[in-house]
Amino acid sequence: MSKPKLALYWASSCGGCEIAVLGLHEKILDVAEAFDIVFWPCVMDFKYEDVEAMEDGEIDVCLFNGAIRNDENAHLAHLLRRKSKVMVAFGSCAFGGSMPGLANFNDREQMFNYIYHDSPSTDNPDGIVPQQRTDMPEGELVLPNFWNTVKTLAQVVPVDYYLPGCPPEASSIETAVTAIVSGELPPPGSVIGPDITVCDECPREKHEKKISRFYRPQEIIPDPDTCLLEQGLFCAGIATRSGCGARCPQVGVGCRGCYGPNEGVYDHGAKIMTGIASVLDADTPEEVEAILDTLPDPAGYFYRFHMPDSLLRRTARTNGKKLLASEQVAASEL
Amino acid sequence: MSENGTFKPVIVGFLCNWCSYRAADLAGTSRMGYPATLRDIRIMCTGRLDPTFVLRALEKGADGVLIMGCHPGQCHYQEGNYKAIRRFALLKRTLRQFGIEEERVQLHWASAAEGVEFAKTVAKMTEEITALGPLEWSRNWPNEDPHIYAEEAAHE
Ligand code: FES
Repeated sequence: MSKPKLALYWASSCGGCEIAVLGLHEKILDVAEAFDIVFWPCVMDFKYEDVEAMEDGEIDVCLFNGAIRNDENAHLAHLLRRKSKVMVAFGSCAFGGSMPGLANFNDREQMFNYIYHDSPSTDNPDGIVPQQRTDMPEGELVLPNFWNTVKTLAQVVPVDYYLPGCPPEASSIETAVTAIVSGELPPPGSVIGPDITVCDECPREKHEKKISRFYRPQEIIPDPDTCLLEQGLFCAGIATRSGCGARCPQVGVGCRGCYGPNEGVYDHGAKIMTGIASVLDADTPEEVEAILDTLPDPAGYFYRFHMPDSLLRRTARTNGKKLLASEQVAASEL
Repeated sequence: MSENGTFKPVIVGFLCNWCSYRAADLAGTSRMGYPATLRDIRIMCTGRLDPTFVLRALEKGADGVLIMGCHPGQCHYQEGNYKAIRRFALLKRTLRQFGIEEERVQLHWASAAEGVEFAKTVAKMTEEITALGPLEWSRNWPNEDPHIYAEEAAHE
Protein backbone atom coordinates (compact mmCIF):
# COMPACT_ATOMS: atom_id res chain seq x y z
CA MET A 1 0.00 0.00 0.00
CA SER A 2 1.36 3.42 -0.83
CA LYS A 3 1.95 5.84 2.02
CA PRO A 4 -0.51 8.67 2.68
CA LYS A 5 0.61 11.98 1.23
CA LEU A 6 1.45 14.86 3.56
CA ALA A 7 1.86 18.55 2.76
CA LEU A 8 3.09 21.28 5.09
CA TYR A 9 2.82 24.95 4.30
CA TRP A 10 3.53 28.29 5.97
CA ALA A 11 1.52 31.36 5.16
CA SER A 12 1.84 34.46 7.33
CA SER A 13 3.84 33.01 10.19
CA CYS A 14 7.17 33.26 11.97
CA GLY A 15 8.50 29.82 11.15
CA GLY A 16 8.10 28.61 14.72
CA CYS A 17 5.55 26.01 13.67
CA GLU A 18 8.04 24.52 11.24
CA ILE A 19 10.58 24.34 14.05
CA ALA A 20 7.94 22.72 16.23
CA VAL A 21 7.56 19.93 13.66
CA LEU A 22 11.30 19.44 13.68
CA GLY A 23 11.07 19.56 17.49
CA LEU A 24 9.55 16.11 17.32
CA HIS A 25 13.24 15.07 17.19
CA GLU A 26 13.64 11.44 16.24
CA LYS A 27 9.86 11.07 15.98
CA ILE A 28 10.13 13.10 12.80
CA LEU A 29 11.51 9.90 11.28
CA ASP A 30 8.23 8.18 12.14
CA VAL A 31 6.44 10.94 10.25
CA ALA A 32 8.72 10.47 7.26
CA GLU A 33 8.16 6.72 7.63
CA ALA A 34 4.38 6.98 7.79
CA PHE A 35 3.89 9.69 5.17
CA ASP A 36 5.08 10.56 1.74
CA ILE A 37 5.94 14.28 2.09
CA VAL A 38 4.85 15.91 -1.15
CA PHE A 39 5.14 19.60 -0.28
CA TRP A 40 7.12 21.37 2.45
CA PRO A 41 8.69 24.56 1.11
CA CYS A 42 10.48 25.42 4.35
CA VAL A 43 12.49 22.24 4.33
CA MET A 44 12.53 20.77 0.85
CA ASP A 45 12.60 22.14 -2.66
CA PHE A 46 9.08 22.19 -4.05
CA LYS A 47 7.42 24.66 -6.37
CA TYR A 48 3.83 25.83 -6.39
CA GLU A 49 3.51 24.26 -9.86
CA ASP A 50 4.19 20.87 -8.30
CA VAL A 51 1.04 21.29 -6.23
CA GLU A 52 -0.95 22.68 -9.15
CA ALA A 53 -0.05 19.60 -11.16
CA MET A 54 -1.58 17.27 -8.54
CA GLU A 55 -5.04 15.77 -8.80
CA ASP A 56 -7.73 17.34 -6.62
CA GLY A 57 -7.79 15.51 -3.28
CA GLU A 58 -4.48 13.83 -3.98
CA ILE A 59 -2.88 15.03 -0.74
CA ASP A 60 -4.21 13.10 2.25
CA VAL A 61 -3.33 15.60 4.97
CA CYS A 62 -2.22 19.22 4.79
CA LEU A 63 -0.78 20.86 7.90
CA PHE A 64 -1.22 24.55 7.19
CA ASN A 65 0.36 27.10 9.51
CA GLY A 66 0.19 30.87 9.35
CA ALA A 67 -2.53 33.46 9.03
CA ILE A 68 -3.90 34.82 5.75
CA ARG A 69 -2.93 38.41 5.11
CA ASN A 70 -2.23 38.66 1.39
CA ASP A 71 -3.23 37.25 -1.98
CA GLU A 72 -0.43 34.71 -2.01
CA ASN A 73 -1.43 33.25 1.37
CA ALA A 74 -5.01 33.01 0.14
CA HIS A 75 -3.99 31.48 -3.19
CA LEU A 76 -2.09 28.68 -1.45
CA ALA A 77 -4.91 28.15 1.05
CA HIS A 78 -7.41 27.66 -1.78
CA LEU A 79 -5.01 25.53 -3.80
CA LEU A 80 -4.04 23.25 -0.92
CA ARG A 81 -7.65 22.96 0.18
CA ARG A 82 -8.58 21.71 -3.26
CA LYS A 83 -5.73 19.24 -3.39
CA SER A 84 -6.11 17.92 0.19
CA LYS A 85 -8.57 15.50 1.75
CA VAL A 86 -7.91 16.73 5.29
CA MET A 87 -6.97 20.33 6.03
CA VAL A 88 -5.49 21.02 9.45
CA ALA A 89 -5.12 24.59 10.74
CA PHE A 90 -1.76 24.07 12.41
CA GLY A 91 -0.76 26.48 15.17
CA SER A 92 -2.32 29.64 16.54
CA CYS A 93 -1.87 31.81 13.42
CA ALA A 94 -3.87 29.51 11.17
CA PHE A 95 -6.36 28.88 13.99
CA GLY A 96 -6.97 32.35 15.42
CA GLY A 97 -4.71 34.82 13.63
CA SER A 98 -2.21 35.08 16.49
CA MET A 99 0.65 37.61 16.21
CA PRO A 100 0.07 38.55 12.55
CA GLY A 101 -3.57 39.03 13.50
CA LEU A 102 -2.66 41.83 15.89
CA ALA A 103 -2.30 43.90 12.72
CA ASN A 104 -6.09 44.09 12.87
CA PHE A 105 -5.64 46.75 15.55
CA ASN A 106 -4.45 48.99 12.70
CA ASP A 107 -5.19 49.76 9.09
CA ARG A 108 -2.76 48.77 6.41
CA GLU A 109 -2.01 52.41 5.67
CA GLN A 110 -1.21 53.09 9.32
CA MET A 111 1.14 50.12 9.41
CA PHE A 112 2.92 50.99 6.20
CA ASN A 113 3.37 54.58 7.31
CA TYR A 114 4.90 53.46 10.56
CA ILE A 115 7.10 50.75 9.10
CA TYR A 116 8.40 52.64 6.06
CA HIS A 117 8.40 56.20 7.38
CA ASP A 118 7.85 56.85 11.07
CA SER A 119 9.42 54.13 13.18
CA PRO A 120 12.53 55.36 15.05
CA SER A 121 14.75 52.81 13.34
CA THR A 122 13.58 53.61 9.81
CA ASP A 123 16.07 55.39 7.56
CA ASN A 124 14.23 56.07 4.35
CA PRO A 125 15.08 59.61 3.13
CA ASP A 126 13.65 58.98 -0.34
CA GLY A 127 10.39 57.68 1.08
CA ILE A 128 10.60 54.40 -0.83
CA VAL A 129 7.68 52.07 -0.20
CA PRO A 130 6.97 48.71 -1.81
CA GLN A 131 4.83 48.97 -4.90
CA GLN A 132 2.47 46.23 -5.81
CA ARG A 133 3.38 46.56 -9.50
CA THR A 134 6.72 47.71 -10.89
CA ASP A 135 7.65 47.98 -14.54
CA MET A 136 11.11 46.68 -15.33
CA PRO A 137 12.78 46.28 -18.72
CA GLU A 138 12.25 42.54 -18.37
CA GLY A 139 8.56 42.95 -17.68
CA GLU A 140 6.17 43.78 -14.88
CA LEU A 141 6.98 42.63 -11.36
CA VAL A 142 3.98 41.96 -9.14
CA LEU A 143 3.87 41.57 -5.36
CA PRO A 144 0.89 39.89 -3.71
CA ASN A 145 -1.71 42.39 -2.53
CA PHE A 146 -1.39 43.02 1.21
CA TRP A 147 -4.79 42.91 2.91
CA ASN A 148 -6.17 45.46 5.27
CA THR A 149 -7.57 42.75 7.53
CA VAL A 150 -5.77 39.57 8.55
CA LYS A 151 -7.90 36.44 8.38
CA THR A 152 -7.71 32.97 9.84
CA LEU A 153 -7.45 29.94 7.60
CA ALA A 154 -11.04 28.94 8.35
CA GLN A 155 -12.25 32.39 7.27
CA VAL A 156 -10.84 31.66 3.82
CA VAL A 157 -11.33 27.92 3.23
CA PRO A 158 -13.13 25.11 5.08
CA VAL A 159 -10.90 23.56 7.77
CA ASP A 160 -11.27 20.00 9.10
CA TYR A 161 -9.17 20.13 12.28
CA TYR A 162 -7.45 22.68 14.45
CA LEU A 163 -4.21 22.21 16.29
CA PRO A 164 -3.63 25.19 18.58
CA GLY A 165 -0.40 26.45 20.08
CA CYS A 166 2.24 29.04 19.42
CA PRO A 167 3.78 26.77 18.42
CA PRO A 168 1.93 23.52 19.14
CA GLU A 169 3.79 21.45 21.72
CA ALA A 170 5.51 18.33 20.42
CA SER A 171 3.08 16.24 22.47
CA SER A 172 0.10 17.94 20.77
CA ILE A 173 1.61 17.32 17.34
CA GLU A 174 2.22 13.69 18.26
CA THR A 175 -1.40 13.30 19.37
CA ALA A 176 -2.57 14.75 16.07
CA VAL A 177 -0.20 12.73 13.90
CA THR A 178 -1.07 9.54 15.75
CA ALA A 179 -4.79 10.26 15.35
CA ILE A 180 -4.36 10.88 11.64
CA VAL A 181 -2.19 7.79 11.08
CA SER A 182 -4.57 5.54 13.01
CA GLY A 183 -7.62 7.14 11.42
CA GLU A 184 -9.09 7.66 14.89
CA LEU A 185 -10.00 11.27 14.34
CA PRO A 186 -12.51 13.33 16.28
CA PRO A 187 -15.52 14.72 14.37
CA PRO A 188 -14.52 17.23 11.66
CA GLY A 189 -14.32 20.79 12.88
CA SER A 190 -12.80 19.75 16.22
CA VAL A 191 -9.76 21.06 17.95
CA ILE A 192 -7.39 18.15 18.46
CA GLY A 193 -6.47 18.08 22.15
CA PRO A 194 -8.07 18.03 25.58
CA ASP A 195 -10.82 20.50 26.49
CA ILE A 196 -9.41 21.68 29.80
CA THR A 197 -7.98 25.02 30.86
CA VAL A 198 -4.40 25.93 31.66
CA CYS A 199 -5.41 26.35 35.33
CA ASP A 200 -6.36 22.65 35.36
CA GLU A 201 -2.79 21.72 34.52
CA CYS A 202 -1.06 24.46 36.50
CA PRO A 203 0.47 23.18 39.75
CA ARG A 204 0.45 26.58 41.48
CA GLU A 205 -1.71 26.84 44.58
CA LYS A 206 -4.99 28.61 44.07
CA HIS A 207 -6.94 30.52 46.72
CA GLU A 208 -9.70 33.04 46.51
CA LYS A 209 -8.55 35.65 44.04
CA LYS A 210 -8.86 39.32 44.95
CA ILE A 211 -6.37 41.74 43.54
CA SER A 212 -6.02 45.45 44.12
CA ARG A 213 -3.62 46.16 41.25
CA PHE A 214 -1.82 44.52 38.35
CA TYR A 215 1.93 44.22 38.10
CA ARG A 216 3.94 44.00 34.94
CA PRO A 217 6.34 41.05 34.87
CA GLN A 218 9.39 43.21 35.42
CA GLU A 219 7.91 44.83 38.54
CA ILE A 220 7.84 41.88 40.93
CA ILE A 221 9.44 38.53 41.52
CA PRO A 222 6.46 36.26 41.98
CA ASP A 223 6.16 33.70 44.72
CA PRO A 224 7.03 30.37 43.10
CA ASP A 225 4.08 28.39 44.48
CA THR A 226 1.08 30.72 44.35
CA CYS A 227 -1.23 31.43 41.45
CA LEU A 228 0.25 34.27 39.37
CA LEU A 229 -3.06 36.02 38.88
CA GLU A 230 -3.53 36.19 42.65
CA GLN A 231 -0.20 38.01 42.76
CA GLY A 232 -1.43 40.58 40.26
CA LEU A 233 0.30 39.17 37.19
CA PHE A 234 -1.90 38.93 34.12
CA CYS A 235 -2.58 35.30 33.27
CA ALA A 236 -5.01 34.07 30.62
CA GLY A 237 -4.92 30.50 31.92
CA ILE A 238 -8.38 30.86 33.45
CA ALA A 239 -9.97 30.97 29.99
CA THR A 240 -7.44 29.25 27.76
CA ARG A 241 -7.39 25.68 26.54
CA SER A 242 -4.56 23.59 27.85
CA GLY A 243 -2.56 20.84 26.22
CA CYS A 244 0.66 22.72 26.75
CA GLY A 245 1.16 21.36 30.26
CA ALA A 246 0.92 24.90 31.70
CA ARG A 247 4.55 25.49 30.84
CA CYS A 248 4.56 29.28 31.04
CA PRO A 249 3.02 29.68 34.52
CA GLN A 250 5.37 27.00 35.80
CA VAL A 251 8.33 29.23 35.02
CA GLY A 252 6.69 32.34 36.43
CA VAL A 253 5.19 33.78 33.24
CA GLY A 254 1.44 34.29 33.04
CA CYS A 255 -0.34 32.31 30.33
CA ARG A 256 -0.51 34.34 27.11
CA GLY A 257 -3.49 32.40 25.78
CA CYS A 258 -1.84 30.71 22.81
CA TYR A 259 -3.92 27.52 22.85
CA GLY A 260 -7.00 29.66 22.38
CA PRO A 261 -10.54 29.28 23.66
CA ASN A 262 -12.20 26.17 25.02
CA GLU A 263 -15.03 24.35 23.28
CA GLY A 264 -18.15 26.39 22.60
CA VAL A 265 -16.56 29.81 23.19
CA TYR A 266 -17.40 32.48 20.61
CA ASP A 267 -14.84 35.01 21.66
CA HIS A 268 -11.65 34.17 23.51
CA GLY A 269 -11.06 37.77 24.60
CA ALA A 270 -14.51 38.09 26.15
CA LYS A 271 -13.90 35.02 28.28
CA ILE A 272 -10.52 36.21 29.51
CA MET A 273 -12.12 39.59 30.19
CA THR A 274 -14.82 37.99 32.33
CA GLY A 275 -12.27 35.97 34.26
CA ILE A 276 -10.02 38.94 34.89
CA ALA A 277 -12.93 41.19 35.90
CA SER A 278 -14.01 38.68 38.53
CA VAL A 279 -10.75 38.94 40.47
CA LEU A 280 -10.77 42.72 40.87
CA ASP A 281 -11.19 43.74 44.49
CA ALA A 282 -13.48 46.68 43.86
CA ASP A 283 -17.16 47.52 44.04
CA THR A 284 -17.49 51.03 42.70
CA PRO A 285 -16.69 52.14 39.15
CA GLU A 286 -13.98 54.46 40.54
CA GLU A 287 -12.23 51.64 42.41
CA VAL A 288 -12.44 49.42 39.35
CA GLU A 289 -10.99 52.11 37.10
CA ALA A 290 -8.10 52.69 39.52
CA ILE A 291 -7.15 49.00 39.31
CA LEU A 292 -7.53 48.92 35.55
CA ASP A 293 -5.17 51.88 35.23
CA THR A 294 -2.44 49.38 36.14
CA LEU A 295 -3.33 47.14 33.19
CA PRO A 296 -2.19 48.87 30.01
CA ASP A 297 -3.55 47.68 26.65
CA PRO A 298 -6.29 45.33 27.89
CA ALA A 299 -7.51 44.50 24.38
CA GLY A 300 -3.98 43.49 23.45
CA TYR A 301 -3.91 41.07 26.38
CA PHE A 302 -7.36 39.63 25.67
CA TYR A 303 -7.02 39.25 21.91
CA ARG A 304 -3.35 38.43 21.66
CA PHE A 305 -3.95 35.16 19.81
CA HIS A 306 -7.51 35.40 18.54
CA MET A 307 -8.10 38.88 17.19
CA PRO A 308 -9.11 37.97 13.59
CA ASP A 309 -11.09 35.07 15.01
CA SER A 310 -12.92 37.29 17.54
CA LEU A 311 -16.49 38.45 17.07
CA LEU A 312 -15.41 41.95 16.06
CA ARG A 313 -12.41 40.71 14.03
CA ARG A 314 -10.65 44.06 13.85
CA THR A 315 -10.84 47.65 15.05
CA ALA A 316 -12.94 50.27 13.32
CA ARG A 317 -11.47 51.78 10.20
CA THR A 318 -9.55 54.97 10.92
CA ASN A 319 -11.19 58.19 12.07
CA GLY A 320 -14.58 56.57 12.30
CA LYS A 321 -15.01 57.46 8.64
CA LYS A 322 -16.78 54.58 7.06
CA LEU A 323 -16.15 53.87 3.44
CA LEU A 324 -18.45 51.74 1.38
CA ALA A 325 -17.14 48.27 0.76
CA SER A 326 -16.35 49.05 -2.86
CA GLU A 327 -14.50 52.24 -1.93
CA GLN A 328 -12.51 50.37 0.66
CA VAL A 329 -11.25 47.87 -1.83
CA ALA A 330 -10.29 50.66 -4.20
CA ALA A 331 -8.56 52.54 -1.39
CA SER A 332 -6.63 49.45 -0.46
CA GLU A 333 -5.03 49.18 -3.90
CA LEU A 334 -1.52 50.50 -3.44
CA MET B 1 -33.02 52.70 8.79
CA SER B 2 -36.71 53.47 8.73
CA GLU B 3 -38.75 53.62 5.52
CA ASN B 4 -38.30 57.35 4.95
CA GLY B 5 -34.52 57.04 5.02
CA THR B 6 -33.88 58.66 8.41
CA PHE B 7 -31.67 56.66 10.70
CA LYS B 8 -33.40 54.90 13.54
CA PRO B 9 -30.92 53.01 15.69
CA VAL B 10 -31.29 49.42 16.79
CA ILE B 11 -30.40 49.10 20.46
CA VAL B 12 -30.20 45.67 22.05
CA GLY B 13 -31.17 45.80 25.71
CA PHE B 14 -30.14 43.29 28.35
CA LEU B 15 -32.48 43.85 31.28
CA CYS B 16 -32.35 42.02 34.58
CA ASN B 17 -35.49 40.11 35.43
CA TRP B 18 -36.07 41.58 38.87
CA CYS B 19 -35.72 45.31 38.40
CA SER B 20 -35.16 46.77 34.98
CA TYR B 21 -37.34 44.35 33.06
CA ARG B 22 -40.12 45.26 35.46
CA ALA B 23 -39.33 48.93 35.01
CA ALA B 24 -39.83 48.35 31.28
CA ASP B 25 -43.14 46.63 32.01
CA LEU B 26 -44.19 49.51 34.20
CA ALA B 27 -43.31 52.00 31.48
CA GLY B 28 -45.48 49.96 29.13
CA THR B 29 -48.48 49.48 31.41
CA SER B 30 -48.37 53.15 32.36
CA ARG B 31 -48.36 54.00 28.64
CA MET B 32 -45.23 56.08 28.79
CA GLY B 33 -43.91 57.06 25.42
CA TYR B 34 -40.34 56.30 24.43
CA PRO B 35 -38.63 55.56 21.10
CA ALA B 36 -39.20 52.09 19.67
CA THR B 37 -35.48 51.46 19.30
CA LEU B 38 -34.91 48.94 22.06
CA ARG B 39 -34.97 45.17 21.47
CA ASP B 40 -35.00 43.95 25.02
CA ILE B 41 -33.70 40.61 26.16
CA ARG B 42 -34.44 39.47 29.67
CA ILE B 43 -31.56 38.07 31.67
CA MET B 44 -31.94 36.90 35.24
CA CYS B 45 -29.36 39.33 36.56
CA THR B 46 -26.75 41.70 35.13
CA GLY B 47 -24.27 39.28 36.69
CA ARG B 48 -25.29 36.90 33.91
CA LEU B 49 -24.13 39.34 31.28
CA ASP B 50 -21.19 37.81 29.46
CA PRO B 51 -19.31 40.44 27.41
CA THR B 52 -19.76 37.99 24.54
CA PHE B 53 -23.45 39.01 24.40
CA VAL B 54 -22.52 42.63 23.81
CA LEU B 55 -19.88 41.86 21.21
CA ARG B 56 -22.23 39.53 19.39
CA ALA B 57 -24.97 42.13 19.29
CA LEU B 58 -22.59 44.71 17.80
CA GLU B 59 -21.17 42.20 15.34
CA LYS B 60 -24.67 41.21 14.23
CA GLY B 61 -25.63 44.77 13.40
CA ALA B 62 -26.81 46.51 16.57
CA ASP B 63 -25.98 50.21 16.77
CA GLY B 64 -25.84 50.14 20.55
CA VAL B 65 -26.29 47.95 23.62
CA LEU B 66 -28.04 48.99 26.81
CA ILE B 67 -27.47 46.95 29.95
CA MET B 68 -29.81 47.64 32.87
CA GLY B 69 -30.07 46.13 36.29
CA CYS B 70 -30.96 46.71 39.91
CA HIS B 71 -29.25 49.55 41.75
CA PRO B 72 -26.00 48.59 43.50
CA GLY B 73 -26.89 46.97 46.80
CA GLN B 74 -30.29 45.86 45.49
CA CYS B 75 -29.33 42.96 43.24
CA HIS B 76 -31.58 39.98 43.93
CA TYR B 77 -28.53 37.76 43.88
CA GLN B 78 -26.70 40.24 46.12
CA GLU B 79 -23.52 40.64 44.11
CA GLY B 80 -24.51 40.26 40.46
CA ASN B 81 -24.50 43.91 39.59
CA TYR B 82 -21.09 44.42 41.22
CA LYS B 83 -19.79 41.75 38.88
CA ALA B 84 -21.43 43.66 36.05
CA ILE B 85 -19.70 46.88 37.11
CA ARG B 86 -16.30 45.18 36.92
CA ARG B 87 -16.93 43.49 33.59
CA PHE B 88 -18.45 46.58 32.10
CA ALA B 89 -15.40 48.70 33.00
CA LEU B 90 -13.09 46.23 31.32
CA LEU B 91 -15.39 45.87 28.32
CA LYS B 92 -15.57 49.64 27.93
CA ARG B 93 -11.80 49.97 27.84
CA THR B 94 -11.62 47.18 25.30
CA LEU B 95 -14.28 48.69 23.07
CA ARG B 96 -12.45 52.02 23.18
CA GLN B 97 -9.43 50.25 21.72
CA PHE B 98 -11.66 48.82 19.01
CA GLY B 99 -12.70 52.35 18.08
CA ILE B 100 -16.29 52.00 19.29
CA GLU B 101 -17.74 55.18 20.77
CA GLU B 102 -18.48 55.13 24.47
CA GLU B 103 -22.16 56.04 24.05
CA ARG B 104 -22.86 52.87 22.13
CA VAL B 105 -22.61 50.56 25.12
CA GLN B 106 -24.11 51.81 28.37
CA LEU B 107 -24.84 50.44 31.82
CA HIS B 108 -27.70 51.91 33.86
CA TRP B 109 -29.78 51.03 36.88
CA ALA B 110 -33.55 51.14 37.25
CA SER B 111 -35.61 49.62 40.04
CA ALA B 112 -38.97 47.98 39.35
CA ALA B 113 -40.64 51.25 40.32
CA GLU B 114 -38.61 53.39 37.94
CA GLY B 115 -40.59 53.15 34.71
CA VAL B 116 -39.97 56.84 34.11
CA GLU B 117 -36.22 56.41 34.55
CA PHE B 118 -36.27 53.50 32.15
CA ALA B 119 -38.14 55.44 29.45
CA LYS B 120 -35.85 58.44 29.89
CA THR B 121 -32.73 56.30 29.60
CA VAL B 122 -33.91 54.73 26.35
CA ALA B 123 -34.88 58.12 24.94
CA LYS B 124 -31.54 59.68 25.85
CA MET B 125 -29.50 56.81 24.52
CA THR B 126 -31.51 56.78 21.29
CA GLU B 127 -30.71 60.45 20.84
CA GLU B 128 -27.01 59.89 21.44
CA ILE B 129 -26.76 57.01 19.01
CA THR B 130 -28.83 58.77 16.38
CA ALA B 131 -26.26 61.57 16.54
CA LEU B 132 -23.42 59.07 16.07
CA GLY B 133 -25.06 57.34 13.11
CA PRO B 134 -25.13 53.64 12.23
CA LEU B 135 -22.36 51.33 13.45
CA GLU B 136 -22.59 48.71 10.67
CA TRP B 137 -19.67 46.84 12.11
CA SER B 138 -19.27 44.22 9.39
CA ARG B 139 -18.40 47.00 6.93
CA ASN B 140 -15.03 47.15 8.63
CA TRP B 141 -13.90 43.98 6.93
CA PRO B 142 -14.89 43.96 3.26
CA ASN B 143 -13.85 40.86 1.44
CA GLU B 144 -10.33 41.14 0.13
CA ASP B 145 -9.93 37.58 -1.11
CA PRO B 146 -9.62 37.65 -4.92
CA HIS B 147 -10.64 33.98 -5.13
CA ILE B 148 -13.95 34.69 -3.52
CA TYR B 149 -14.46 37.62 -5.89
CA ALA B 150 -13.80 35.25 -8.78
CA GLU B 151 -16.27 32.71 -7.38
CA GLU B 152 -18.91 35.37 -6.80
CA ALA B 153 -18.41 36.76 -10.29
CA ALA B 154 -18.77 33.26 -11.74
CA HIS B 155 -22.12 32.91 -9.97
CA GLU B 156 -23.50 36.13 -11.35
S1 FES C 1 -31.00 40.75 39.89
FE1 FES C 1 -31.06 42.71 38.97
S2 FES C 1 -28.96 43.09 38.77
FE2 FES C 1 -28.90 41.19 39.79
